[in-house]
Amino acid sequence: MVAALFLVTFLSAFILGFVRDMTFDAIESSKMKAQHEAIKNILPEFTGLGEVIKAVPKEGGDSLAFFPAYNASHELVGIAVKTWSKNGFGGAIQIMAGFRADGTITGYQVLEHKETPGLGSKMSSWFNDPEKPGQNIIGKNPEKVRFAVKKDGGDIDAVTASTITSRAFLEAVRRAYETYKEGGNGISVERITSQTINSEGGSEK
Amino acid sequence: MNQWNNFTKGLIRENPTFVLVLGMCPTLGVSSSAINGLGMGLATTFVLVMSNLAISLVKSGIPDKVRIPGYIVIIAAFVTVVELCMQAYTPGLFKSLGIFIPLIVVNCIVLGRAEAFASKNGAFSSMIDGLGMGLGFSMSLTVLGSVREFLGSGKIFGLTVYPEDYGMLLFILAPGAFLVLGFLMAIVNKINKVY
Repeated sequence: MVAALFLVTFLSAFILGFVRDMTFDAIESSKMKAQHEAIKNILPEFTGLGEVIKAVPKEGGDSLAFFPAYNASHELVGIAVKTWSKNGFGGAIQIMAGFRADGTITGYQVLEHKETPGLGSKMSSWFNDPEKPGQNIIGKNPEKVRFAVKKDGGDIDAVTASTITSRAFLEAVRRAYETYKEGGNGISVERITSQTINSEGGSEK
Repeated sequence: MNQWNNFTKGLIRENPTFVLVLGMCPTLGVSSSAINGLGMGLATTFVLVMSNLAISLVKSGIPDKVRIPGYIVIIAAFVTVVELCMQAYTPGLFKSLGIFIPLIVVNCIVLGRAEAFASKNGAFSSMIDGLGMGLGFSMSLTVLGSVREFLGSGKIFGLTVYPEDYGMLLFILAPGAFLVLGFLMAIVNKINKVY
């Protein structure tokens, strides 16, 4: 009885080990590709990515990842920030937000969310609609506009019937901006702008 | 003839979703669009065929007392194979199916077929049974997904039929799944009565 069960589990484990080995590289590269695509979509054109910098926001919680992007003459063109909020209607939201060096937003992409389909999920395209300046955050600088939904006294139109989602979204973007500007532990504007890059666009250094 | 019977019974007569009413959790959870339903169905089909085959081969070697744990280990192994492969080669689909892929392990269709069929029949019949049941499941999920996607967002397989704004959001959400499932069950019952 024990032997039979052992044999079954042993064989299963063997097969799984083999499959994992086979798919490991493909899984890693598809994850990297998805991340690279997201960065490409939200930043102005760049030729290489610098070293990834992780920083804890000042109010604590999970660290944010900063991906500085440079052009051919090694000037900083923008920073992509992987940021989060835990206050979405359906829980945690993950966003990749792009900024210029001065903090102007260049784009964003929602990476992960559990918001209501058809309501909160509209945030993926709501805040970058160039025809609706009230709700568009692209080109805005969180320092110069009141970066909150109108209901909370801000300047940004919330997604219709999804104020909670919109609040969480803006909170995540603001967290990225503030951590960048105020330089939480480990990150500083100088460190990003003075960093040398490897032009191949990898994350290793 | 017998194998043909084994194969077709899963499609309509003993359709796992509409007639046996097994595996409701993934059925209601992932059928919000046709492509999700199809992907989930095919992943389950693979697991069904492979686990039915493996279980019918090892059934005489596994003592009755540890039968269920043994079957679960075999099923879990195949589910993890599917999960890893999907993660590697269809990351988009993997992301939208999410937790429901690992949950195929506890899908009652898989263990149900292992108990009811594979543990009593030969390897080839078991594979055919698994294939029939799996395709029946895929078909129901795809139909369910198409109807919900069409009514909810005006699309079928991502192709727009009418503008999304006119869609009834209800059908994308959970209550819509129950409504559509009920109507489809009634239709399948009617068909089964006629033939």
